[in-house]
Amino acid sequence: MLKIKDLTVEVEGKEIIRDLHLNIEEGEVHVLFGPNGCGKTTLLMTLLGFPCYKVTRGRITFKGVDITNSPTNERVKLGMGMSFQHPPEIRGVKLGDMVNIAQGRKEEAIDEDVIALAKRLNISVEFLNRDVNLGFSGGEVKRSEILQLLAQAPDFIMFDEPDSGVDVENIELIGKIMSELLDRNKMPSKRKKSGLIITHSGSIMRHLKADRAHVMLEGRIACSGMPDEITKNVMETGFERCVELCARTNEVDAE
Amino acid sequence: MTKEETIERAKRAKRKKAALGEDISIEEYIAGEEHPSLNSLDEFPAEYQQDLLDAGIEPTEKDRSGSFLQRDCSVVFSAVKYPGLELMSTTDALKEHDWLKEYLWKAVPVDTDKYTAEVELEQTHGYFIRSEAGKKVTMPVQSCLFISSDKIGQKVHNIIIAEEDSELHIITGCSVSHAVNSALHLGVSEFYVKKGAKITFTMIHNWSRGMDVRPRSAVIIEDDGAFISNYILMTPVKSLQMYPTAYCVGRNARATFQTIIYAHGDTVIDSGSRAVLRGEGSRSEIISRVISTDNAKVIARSDVIGEGANAKGHIECRGLMLSDTAELDSIPELKAERKDLDLSHEAAIGKVAEEEIQYLMARGLSEEEATSVIIRGFLNVDITGLPDALARETKRMFDMSLEKVM
Ligand SMILES: Nc1ncnc2c1ncn2[C@@H]1O[C@H](COP(=O)(O)OP(=O)(O)OP(=O)(O)O)[C@@H](O)[C@H]1O
Ligand SMILES: [Mg+2]
Repeated sequence: MLKIKDLTVEVEGKEIIRDLHLNIEEGEVHVLFGPNGCGKTTLLMTLLGFPCYKVTRGRITFKGVDITNSPTNERVKLGMGMSFQHPPEIRGVKLGDMVNIAQGRKEEAIDEDVIALAKRLNISVEFLNRDVNLGFSGGEVKRSEILQLLAQAPDFIMFDEPDSGVDVENIELIGKIMSELLDRNKMPSKRKKSGLIITHSGSIMRHLKADRAHVMLEGRIACSGMPDEITKNVMETGFERCVELCARTNEVDAE
Repeated sequence: MTKEETIERAKRAKRKKAALGEDISIEEYIAGEEHPSLNSLDEFPAEYQQDLLDAGIEPTEKDRSGSFLQRDCSVVFSAVKYPGLELMSTTDALKEHDWLKEYLWKAVPVDTDKYTAEVELEQTHGYFIRSEAGKKVTMPVQSCLFISSDKIGQKVHNIIIAEEDSELHIITGCSVSHAVNSALHLGVSEFYVKKGAKITFTMIHNWSRGMDVRPRSAVIIEDDGAFISNYILMTPVKSLQMYPTAYCVGRNARATFQTIIYAHGDTVIDSGSRAVLRGEGSRSEIISRVISTDNAKVIARSDVIGEGANAKGHIECRGLMLSDTAELDSIPELKAERKDLDLSHEAAIGKVAEEEIQYLMARGLSEEEATSVIIRGFLNVDITGLPDALARETKRMFDMSLEKVM
């Protein structure tokens, strides 16, 4: 599904991502851990093709198409989607309008279809009529993002901290919808959707099984492994130590 | 003031330049020929029907309590369908009601400037709308001032009265035929909102590149009265200068001005809204959304003067710049004349944020589509205080005018 080769990315003339390699196959879900500021969001924004993230080296291939230089909306048409960590507020544009846009509908009205989708995320009609992200609480932002993805139904979905600032009950709800969006409820051979999830707490992983986990340090993938193991090491010992443990296991494996 | 005194004052102000806006030489403009009256609005020449629609006028008169149409300097149609509502040309109304002269130039002084003076001395009709005491005319009255020939100078005097505890909703369109290269519109509008009454006034200006426009409007609002103005201008105009003023003289009198302007081409606009909060507990809200693009020059003013105890006024002006050759000045003013007041303003001018465009692109829109969604959103203020049907209709008219420019 997604192949990232040798990727180096600059933001405002500063190199944030260096020589990054990552492959995500069809039906796979990967988790990405890493300390604040290591470049996780930068990676996702680059994959989505936001202009201020400059690819200075390397290549991104999505569904066999080289998208390194494609504009965002073309990537979206190919099947990419993203739930943002800090989405912008847009005055006069309602969440309901965003749902229609994500569904590719030109209709103005917030109709039964939209209301039914929103209901699945415990989002009221009143909330659909609010300007998107304007005064939304942290948890509301996350649910609003997932709702838009539910409407968009992309094949490859990036989630930038979908669980940060979300209460226990809503994490469960979000986890359930994410599992559905990512075909997690299907037999592995039947899974067509792929995902890349950034999380700090790992709490979303209690509701959603991933196939692989990575730790990012200073713009590189420093180690990769089984999600349970990496999550446990990161939570218990921290990022650096997790990477060390990883390296040691690899050496043992090599011997 | 006697008629003679009024004329005397007007004459003295004949050369008095307006405080704001470019000075226009009125002499160049003419009254033109008289146009025959119509039996119904759909008799209006087919070539102008679209112009009426663009100004929010419903030619079938469906869902309207009354209709008024003035073409150039002739009143060609006026019909009322609702008991308790009066609608006719100001000229006829003055013949019919002797008391009406007391309302002339009470809200707008005749010697404000040369334009008000001109309307007194060379008046070409205008409309009179009145709801009787206690009558709630929820279906809107529509009126249209239309210019169909070159060099026309339309000089109207409108009087609108909502008697005690009555309600009046007005949709008014000013429109001009696409064939007109140059014309002038001078419009004096005096509104009287009596005790407990309410007037909503939704005005669509559908001008063109050759129009000079100088409206002079004021509203007097008594105890518990409410006035709501919604102003929409999406077409280019050569020059427009106006500063409608609401005098909240009664206790708990309320005034709301909402202004939506999309200024493009070589448009020059100096537009403001002013509320004078004289009555105890009176309130005002001034909201404006202005987009300036191409070579347009816009000054967006707003002014609240607090004089009465516990008066409360808020100003919210937002501007959006879409071009480096356009200009936009936002000038909010507050004036307090006592301590127990609550006056505030927010003003901001920005551009279409890159981040917002990208967010929308991430949901599948092209850059152009995203920009248009943001612009629509920016201009989209929820119009409050209108009956549901009228609110929907106003939204539709707004969408329609936006459709044309984007
Ligand atoms: N537009 C920008 N201008 C300048 N620096 C930027 C910009 N975007 C990102 N950076 C910098 O790039 C680095 C990586 O940022 P990024 O947002 O990718 O981190 P992150 O791993 O997502 O962190 P967090 O866990 O806090 O969300 C940070 O040092 C950040 O300040
Ligand atoms: Mg981040």
